[in-house]
Amino acid sequence: MGFIVNLNGDRSHEIVRKGIEILINLTHRGACGCDPETGDGAGVLIQIPHEFFSRECAKLGFSLPEPGLYGVGMMFLPVEPKQRLICEGIVERIVQEEGMTVLGWRDTPVRGDAIGRQARATQPYIEQLFVRRGPDMTQDEFERRLYVVRRRAESEIEQSDLHEKDFFYVPSLSSRTIIYKGLLLAPQITDFYRDLSDPDTLSAMCMVHQRFSTNTFPTWQLAHPYRMICHNGEINTVRGNVNWMNARESVLRSDLFGDDLEKIFPVIRPGLSDTGSLDNAVEMLTLAGRELPHVMAMLIPEAWDADSTMPGEKKAFYEYHASLMEPWDGPAAVAFTDGKWLGATLDRNGLRPARYLVTKDGVLILASETGVLPVPPEDVAYKGRLQPGKMLLVDLENKRFVPDEEIKNRLASRQPYGEWLDKYQILLNDLPDPPRVYGTDSKTLITRQRAFGYTEEDLRLLMTPMAANGEEPVGSMGVDTPLACLSDRPQPLFNYFKQLFAQVTNPAIDPIREELVMSLTSYIGTERNILEETPQHCHTLKLPHPILTNKDLEKLRRVSWGDFLGTTLQAVFRADGGEAELERALEGLCRRASLAIRDGYRLLILSDRGVDRQYAPIPSLLALTAVHNHLVRERTRTQVALIIESGEPREVMHFCLLIGYGASAVNPYLAIETLEDLESRGRMGVSFETALKNYKKSVNKGLLKVFSKMGISTLQSYRGAQVFEAIGLNKSLVEKYFTGTASRIEGVGLEVLAREAFMRHQHAYRPLTESDTELHIGGDYQYRVNGEYHLLNPHTISKLQHAVREKRYETFQEYTDSIDRQNKELCTLRGLMQFKKAKPVPLEKVEPASEIVKRFATGAMSFGSISKEAHETLAIAMNRIGGRSNTGEGGEDEARYKRDANGDSRRSAIKQVASGRFGVTTNYLVHADDLQIKIAQGAKPGEGGQLPGHKVDEVIARVRHSTPGVPLISPPPHHDIYSIEDLAQLIYDLKNANSKARISVKLVAEVGVGTVAAGVAKAHADVVLISGHDGGTGASPLTSIRHAGIPWELGLAETQQVLVLNDLRSRIIVQTDGKLQTGRDVAIAALLGAEEFGFSTMPLVAMGCIMMRKCHLNTCPVGIATQDPALRKKFAGTPEQVINFFFFIAEQLRSYMAALGFRKLDDMVGRADMLEMRPAVEHWKARGLDFSELLYAPQIPSRVGRRCTMAQDHGLEASLDNCLIEQAKPAIERREPVEQSLPIRNVNRTVGAMLSGEIARRYGSEGLDPGTIHFKFTGSAGQSFGAFLARGVTLELEGDANDYTGKGLSGGKLIVYPPREATFKPEENILIGNVVLYGATSGEAYFNGRAGERFAVRNSGATAVVEGVGDHGCEYMTKGLAIILHDTGKNFAAGMTGGIAYVLDETGEFASVKCNKASVDLDPLDRKDVEELRYWIVRHAEHTGSRRANWILDNWDRLLPRFVKVFPHEYKRVLGVKRQAVASA
Amino acid sequence: MGKVTGFLEYERETPTRRAVEDRVNDWFEIYEDFALEKVKNQGARCMDCGVPFCHTGCPLNNIIPDWNDLAFRGRWRDAIRVLHSTNNFPEFTGRICPAPCEAACVLGINEPPVTIKVIERTVVDYAWDQGWIKPEPPAEQSGKRVAVVGSGPAGLAAAQQLARAGHGVTVFEKSDRIGGLLRYGIPDFKMEKRWIDRRLEQMHAEGVEFIVNAHITALHELQKEFDAVVLAMGAEQPRDLLVPGRELKGIHYAMDFLPQQNKRGAGDRVPESEAILAIGKNVVIIGGGDTGADCLGTSHRQKAASVYQFEIMPMPPVERSPLTPWPLWPLQLRSESSHEEGGQREWAAATTHFSGDDQGNVRKLHAVRVSGPPKFEAMPGSEFTLDAELVLLAMGFTGPVRAGLVESSGLMLDARGNIATENYQTSIPGVFAAGDARRGQSLVVWAIAEGRKAAEAADAWLRRAAIAAA
Repeated sequence: MGFIVNLNGDRSHEIVRKGIEILINLTHRGACGCDPETGDGAGVLIQIPHEFFSRECAKLGFSLPEPGLYGVGMMFLPVEPKQRLICEGIVERIVQEEGMTVLGWRDTPVRGDAIGRQARATQPYIEQLFVRRGPDMTQDEFERRLYVVRRRAESEIEQSDLHEKDFFYVPSLSSRTIIYKGLLLAPQITDFYRDLSDPDTLSAMCMVHQRFSTNTFPTWQLAHPYRMICHNGEINTVRGNVNWMNARESVLRSDLFGDDLEKIFPVIRPGLSDTGSLDNAVEMLTLAGRELPHVMAMLIPEAWDADSTMPGEKKAFYEYHASLMEPWDGPAAVAFTDGKWLGATLDRNGLRPARYLVTKDGVLILASETGVLPVPPEDVAYKGRLQPGKMLLVDLENKRFVPDEEIKNRLASRQPYGEWLDKYQILLNDLPDPPRVYGTDSKTLITRQRAFGYTEEDLRLLMTPMAANGEEPVGSMGVDTPLACLSDRPQPLFNYFKQLFAQVTNPAIDPIREELVMSLTSYIGTERNILEETPQHCHTLKLPHPILTNKDLEKLRRVSWGDFLGTTLQAVFRADGGEAELERALEGLCRRASLAIRDGYRLLILSDRGVDRQYAPIPSLLALTAVHNHLVRERTRTQVALIIESGEPREVMHFCLLIGYGASAVNPYLAIETLEDLESRGRMGVSFETALKNYKKSVNKGLLKVFSKMGISTLQSYRGAQVFEAIGLNKSLVEKYFTGTASRIEGVGLEVLAREAFMRHQHAYRPLTESDTELHIGGDYQYRVNGEYHLLNPHTISKLQHAVREKRYETFQEYTDSIDRQNKELCTLRGLMQFKKAKPVPLEKVEPASEIVKRFATGAMSFGSISKEAHETLAIAMNRIGGRSNTGEGGEDEARYKRDANGDSRRSAIKQVASGRFGVTTNYLVHADDLQIKIAQGAKPGEGGQLPGHKVDEVIARVRHSTPGVPLISPPPHHDIYSIEDLAQLIYDLKNANSKARISVKLVAEVGVGTVAAGVAKAHADVVLISGHDGGTGASPLTSIRHAGIPWELGLAETQQVLVLNDLRSRIIVQTDGKLQTGRDVAIAALLGAEEFGFSTMPLVAMGCIMMRKCHLNTCPVGIATQDPALRKKFAGTPEQVINFFFFIAEQLRSYMAALGFRKLDDMVGRADMLEMRPAVEHWKARGLDFSELLYAPQIPSRVGRRCTMAQDHGLEASLDNCLIEQAKPAIERREPVEQSLPIRNVNRTVGAMLSGEIARRYGSEGLDPGTIHFKFTGSAGQSFGAFLARGVTLELEGDANDYTGKGLSGGKLIVYPPREATFKPEENILIGNVVLYGATSGEAYFNGRAGERFAVRNSGATAVVEGVGDHGCEYMTKGLAIILHDTGKNFAAGMTGGIAYVLDETGEFASVKCNKASVDLDPLDRKDVEELRYWIVRHAEHTGSRRANWILDNWDRLLPRFVKVFPHEYKRVLGVKRQAVASA
Repeated sequence: MGKVTGFLEYERETPTRRAVEDRVNDWFEIYEDFALEKVKNQGARCMDCGVPFCHTGCPLNNIIPDWNDLAFRGRWRDAIRVLHSTNNFPEFTGRICPAPCEAACVLGINEPPVTIKVIERTVVDYAWDQGWIKPEPPAEQSGKRVAVVGSGPAGLAAAQQLARAGHGVTVFEKSDRIGGLLRYGIPDFKMEKRWIDRRLEQMHAEGVEFIVNAHITALHELQKEFDAVVLAMGAEQPRDLLVPGRELKGIHYAMDFLPQQNKRGAGDRVPESEAILAIGKNVVIIGGGDTGADCLGTSHRQKAASVYQFEIMPMPPVERSPLTPWPLWPLQLRSESSHEEGGQREWAAATTHFSGDDQGNVRKLHAVRVSGPPKFEAMPGSEFTLDAELVLLAMGFTGPVRAGLVESSGLMLDARGNIATENYQTSIPGVFAAGDARRGQSLVVWAIAEGRKAAEAADAWLRRAAIAAA
């Protein structure tokens, strides 16, 4: 993404040419598919080149009026001539009808052979339409009419029966701008669109975009730019935004559009990408009268509510608009233009890069990276970056650059927003106390708990800890219970849903360390016409969070303030009337909701308080979605807020679902009563008030965590966003009540839901044989005989252990029979499958087990989560059989790289690279066969982790490059993967460091994972791992373990189908894991498309794990998941047990292969046609399931691979490092010093990594002597400059650098300073990009200029000097030193647990607002600190010639007191303990 | 949950037994008191496993981790609530169950297991002491009547469950007191009989009617009066030792010997003509199981001159045999309290014949060492002879007594001679079976478990019948 603009407004062909050059220089950010000549899409947006069109149209026999008096439409049309004519005819008629005239059409000259085969196959016919402005129209009106024309034409052709109608698309239709785009690669665009290279094609600006699609498949239409925007990120909340926009249409009125408004509905066309949808919204809001910058600030607001530094007026602006609509949230740098304004804005968290540069002669260049266009250093006036939530704007008409502050101030002073809020906004506290509030009815409590399906475990394991500690309870070891749709027990409707989460396409957020961007505030009430701006628009009720106490609810029930009026609708149904009763009740409920709205009620409380012997509760989620969808269909939804008063919700997931499907607030009255009851029985240890407060706190924290997994920051955006997938609900149910939710295997309908409610109701109200005081035992979290079924139960665990200890295959078969039979007793999807009959082959013809086991891997379990003994036993076992073990996150002891005396190797073949980058050094990377990028983990996708200080002993600290006793935090996202293009970059980095290793990317199954996997394939990964939701974990919130992710069967099948259909499968190996337990499981996985298989839980069980599920407590009694030396001694596992397990699995697989007629495993990969669903599943729930989507095996020609048959092209031969290695030969081979100078460009990425890999291979982590190799570069370095730089290498750069500079620095030295000819002040200009020194483990870095966001994030040992940083500096740092010689952004030191930073705080602002002091102290420097500081500043001055460093040294005494020492609490404590120990010794 | 590191901090500790020389002189239970605080610490040793093997090791599926934790926290009232939710009579199992739960305890993999049985007993004893255990009569009566035949643990458990479900329950017992084997099979020193009486009071208050001295020999009489019948009459057919000399006087079944002593303990007089006493005699007990051990302890207390206990199997290993790895019930040498008190155990010993005096009294027992299973071949030259004036046959049982009810009603039996059932229902609709009568001789804990399950099946059957009739 990028643009170039001449601030003086001078139009030139130069600008167009340079724009395209930018595009070409960003090629590496785009993607190409299986056909290397077909890109994911590229395009440019320019001003209408009047001179060029005048000339060309004259040739065609019509002349153009003055600029502004005509508009140009770029039209994609059907290829078939007749259909094209019809489309043209329709457009012409509509143009006439809308009061304009058609001047003519022009065939856009294109060169078909300039583009790829795939692109050609879908290429539309491209024409340009010229329309004359109607009489008496202003240009703005003209734009509006052209928009109406386009919308009408789109709708009309969409509804026509033209079979080529899908070709019809209007990239642009405007009197100001025109867009050339298509399914192109950047370098193809000028060859394809000849217009663009005509010297008469003039423009003052050029906006460009190169696409790397992840969530949708590339097409001509989906290329950017759209009519007004393009961006380099992802809008995570798009579904909610679109839903709400649709719901709002009923109240939209616009004087400007008048009656035309109806013609443009739906505002957001269905089936668009996130960008397309946002573009539609921006376009409509802008044309309806708000200025474009205003629209952008409203749709993508800054993080304002937690910002204590923001002026009140600006806050009021944002708060006012927050009551109009929810933010469109997600990581994105959005460039926008309507031909009058051109600008860019960045998401609230600053997760995408946007660097810009202004030249002295008034040209502004903005792009995802610096260096995309060469500019002589002396011509540079200023280099900057877009900061989180900030906007950059060019007023094209008035020819000026408008800085963020001016824009926002102007917007904030448009209206007296603050006064309006004071006058109209309602706060809960303002409402009068209600006369009566419901209390706890302990007499009926247990009955009602049973009616709502409460279990003993809900009380004991969920609610008690929540209320006692204010934290969500943590568990371990994954899920082995049936899916809700297969469970014999009545399940809460909530359990049929799984949370979606961000992976690759956008990052998860850390809601704790980056709290400042999160918000639970919501504004509820009637939504008004957002095309107007009146004081009444903020007549809303502001809720700080969505959990209502009984008192809060009573206030709302009785509210009567302005037009706020609440009423209660009973959400119960007759328990004695049969299953049809539920549907009748829902219909009644919807009818009553409509009536209430008609009667003027604005708060509808859906209540199940009426539950009794006759009435059962409607599942609260169903009551909500029934009313919600009914009102959406009635187009009255935005007139009311829906509030849930229910006994059902009690755990975080329940609240997530209610809010995610549109509830404004939830009163969990029975949960509250339960807390009071538990407290009264002495089970809480805290008072009821505290318990309630804690409970609310933990629910709220849980909500934030779930939002952040999806990359969503605010409750308002999450509400109604429906980021869930249903598993096992049938289509008619989903279509009616959960419209738009993915549900792929059909399943239960309303009758089963009713039956489940009856079962609970009967349990509650019938006389019992059991003692009347008991709740159901539960058994979901811990095995219980009468509770939920578990695959891992006493029988299966002990059978497996007996089998592998004594190497008895018969016993192993007893174990697998029991698992496989239990499968048939319904627990997993694979349990419902069976193999088709085939012609068998003799067993001895099937490839031997010793070959098959090479495809087996053990899962990523870190040394830290499991003991050294367990970790090494797995490694030895896997190395003996030629399989692969996995380091997990947390590095590996280098001692394990050497073989043991008996020939065993304890080295893990798979080295994981996770978000914490613990122990990820160059030496670690070169000792890998696989480098696995962990994007997500089955048990907790989208979450980070924390290793508590007490688990970090000497060895773990050494391996992780940290300090013993200091806690270690793994961030939720990889801070160098905020998008797919970043992933491609990391893959390239790792491949550079170790070209021999396969790069694998670990994803977790969810709907859409296939598309992500295709992105991963296009990013050149060698392996993609699809993990199931049920995989184990050392510690994870119970909500995540149970409610995020889906079974691997679904994810794998989708991945296989998508990869095959896009002909990407042949380039990538697919691996799967997630509680694979038997040979049958593996056979099914292979048939569904996997060629390699991962196991974690079962090898652990083979080594003695008895599923304590206490891994997080460090008390594993069999010495596996513990670091306690006493417990580790109890470890009794052996490599033989693990080996026996894998050979048993392989043998069993062989017998299935023989029966299915496969001699080679390769032959069975992807043969889903050999599977079928077991007929006659008579289970009351399962009989509704339908696996046809899951078992679909696409019919494909033989040239398209169904498994991996070829290697990826990593493009390493183009790497600059080849040249560096050549030049550094004397150093590499003979340790002789080498010094060289070279030019560098932004397309030279990952410079230094391959060289460092060479060094590490020869010299290990020791590297070479410092300064042995010294390269000096001049220019703009690409991303990952100096990544994984080894000791002994110095890279010096005169110029500037992009994101990820010094990533994983492993002892090398980096020096960057601006060009000597530059005239700007380095400390005020951006020098290096975002996420610099991420995961650096040692080395030095000197930066004579400013860094972007997240400088030194997760640094664990490097020393760096820099002259100013952006937000989140030194985040999660655990060791090392950072010296900041100028100001910092917000949230400095968030999650910093170790190391030191010295910051020059000239204004005092750092100490007061910029630093996040949750985990650090700000101390004065002691004598030793001062010496250290001075030493490094002197070095900095020497290396970079920094003026600022010299100025500081010159004014040392005056400035020294301004330095602050940032000292993490834990680090200080540990150092203190150490000092004491030394002193006492 | 629990004390996370409790198992690392506390050692296993169980109540001590009273000194042998003290206890062999009375018939009271053999254990000393055990401080509540100690029990709490023992509760702290429970690891609250994700997969609690104890919970399946226990035939009742007692929710052991939950009440271990509650005991640790001193929440005794909650503990008895949870304990009672799966076990009607924890005071019985807490005393006489061999605790398969402890054999399956996860801690037992590499440490001494949690003292589950002691905790169980403490929870229930404490609850009785506090007066928390009260009758729990049903909220509504179903109007149905159920007969329970046999008042052993299975019958009692079934009766209590059915009464609480609202049915009218009558228990028929052929003997003079309620309790079956609990009453007359278990010596007082292992379980004092007042605990049974206390339970019976509770059950009576819950509506259970008890009829003693009522030997039911035909079903149809009962079926006329009752809507359903639960057969829980035990497996009382003893296995005999068919060797020469078996007919001599002084050779008795254990189950003729033990009940007499309990009757004496209850204050009854046993006519001298029928009395079987060990006093001053050389006693040989044939059978190395629990009943044999009970005979052993009883013989000590009756002051036998000497006691031998024969077991046909070879001596098992002292530690868990590798053939029965955790969590299986371990094959290993078990020494009961009675063995502590004296006597001689003879392993791999098979009796070849008895010889007697001219009055037809047994005087000697002739035996031989045998090889292991399955053939048990006599080892040449290993013959030996013991003086024996009293021989007690404790060799197990072969199923319910066939004569009488079983034969007259034509109940189908399974291959092992027990009453055949499907989901606890016998071949006669509305007639259910539970306990030893159904599964063969077994543990009290199994009997209670069976009684509960049969009750559940009978209850469901009655409800279905009621719906069908309505």
